Amino acid sequence: MNIGVLALQGDFAEHISVLRKLGVEAHEVRLPQDLEKLDGLIIPGGESTTIGKLAVAYELMEPLKRFGTEKPLWGTCAGAIFLSKDARREQPLLGLMDITVARNAFGRQIDSFETDLDVDVLKRVDENNPPYHAVFIRAPLIESVKGEAQPLATLEDGRVVAAQQGHLLATSFHPELTSDDRFHRYFLHMVDA
Amino acid sequence: MAENNNKEAATFTVKAGLAQMLKGGVIMDVVTAEHARIAEDSGAVAVMALERVPADIRADGGVARMSDPGLIQEIMETVSIPVMAKVRIGHFVEAQILESLGVDYIDESEVLTPADEAHHINKNDFNVPFVCGCRNLGEALRRVGEGAAMIRTKGEAGTGDVVEAVRHARSVLGEIGRLQNMPDEELMAYAKDIQAPYDLVKQTKELGRLPVVNFAAGGLATPADAALMMQLGVDGVFVGSGIFKSGDPAKRANAIVKATTHYQDPKILAEVSRNLGEPMVGRQISDIPEQELIADRGW
Repeated sequence: MNIGVLALQGDFAEHISVLRKLGVEAHEVRLPQDLEKLDGLIIPGGESTTIGKLAVAYELMEPLKRFGTEKPLWGTCAGAIFLSKDARREQPLLGLMDITVARNAFGRQIDSFETDLDVDVLKRVDENNPPYHAVFIRAPLIESVKGEAQPLATLEDGRVVAAQQGHLLATSFHPELTSDDRFHRYFLHMVDA
Repeated sequence: MAENNNKEAATFTVKAGLAQMLKGGVIMDVVTAEHARIAEDSGAVAVMALERVPADIRADGGVARMSDPGLIQEIMETVSIPVMAKVRIGHFVEAQILESLGVDYIDESEVLTPADEAHHINKNDFNVPFVCGCRNLGEALRRVGEGAAMIRTKGEAGTGDVVEAVRHARSVLGEIGRLQNMPDEELMAYAKDIQAPYDLVKQTKELGRLPVVNFAAGGLATPADAALMMQLGVDGVFVGSGIFKSGDPAKRANAIVKATTHYQDPKILAEVSRNLGEPMVGRQISDIPEQELIADRGW
């Protein structure tokens, strides 16, 4: 299995490290030709404005949109913003997922936090499914989930922090920053399906 | 439903985590809200809000202090990317003020005039994360020991001469390379020798890198300088005077952002280096009297 990680900016090395520990071939993607032969792609955390500008400058927008209509794509934090149809401000977006995302919805860095989430779909990779410890850094919130998109995880107040739409996955938090690899295994499951 | 009242803020994971999100990016010095907008539009991952860029601090002389909170706040209101600001080494009250403003990162910086000649700020006391400068592995790990969640090699700020940035990056990365080949029984003596906390020396050996993100800073002025530092093995770059002291800041900023992403691709580096206009004038390090060097500040 060949999984790419968009390496324009952000914590792509952290994703690659998790993937390699899981025995997967992981590749850095910076230019359109790097997308060839990939079975799935992860868009990492980082600054969504920077990633968007570089994707436009190096003509990745259309190839990424095409990739996302055919193959599994997962965005974490900035990546989730990039996948959305609407981030409520002018910036380049792939517009693949029927979700509206609010950037920096919890406030500034001082409001960044860690918390436990119940994520039912992780049962698919771990029967016991203990709470998932999630790291939120200047995190976005998935304000609305429409059409075929489904919420996967919420905070206790009901606000959505993870969503799936067919073979597209978005998380507001950073599974690549913890040693719990269940979200990566869940994504690989999506790629395998 | 899991209870979110076990929600934890300001953990080291979230402090160091923001720096991880900045990796592969360019953090730019800005002195006005207008600069900040240009930096954001050019693809900066964060801005460093300050009153004078290092080249002007160097030229003006006098005591350099934390910037006016009004200016910092204006910049925070202007851009959506993280905003960092500098405090003097050891000046924990300036840090308290910046924390109250809600800046995203504090740089305890040798570029400002030090407030304490023996002690740095106890950064573990704060909820806001800190970045600190270093010239070698011992200095980097002392800062991490005090709670820094991000490190930058110091270079020599405000010169446009990359030679010190290279020296400091080679020093830190070279020492880590040697540490990896060191037998475990030698680690205590080595920790003593470089005056670094033993546990962090051990952790660095195990990781094969610093325990926190490490950017380059001080003297970078061109796309090629940024790519050079990336190829040497840093995680990202700070560019200070190099952008807004140049002929066409927006174009140069954008070129440096692209060079930091495509640092291994000489064709792209050639393309982005074309027609950038005048670089900052710069000042060769070897021409600067020793007492005017700022990298030696910090202990």
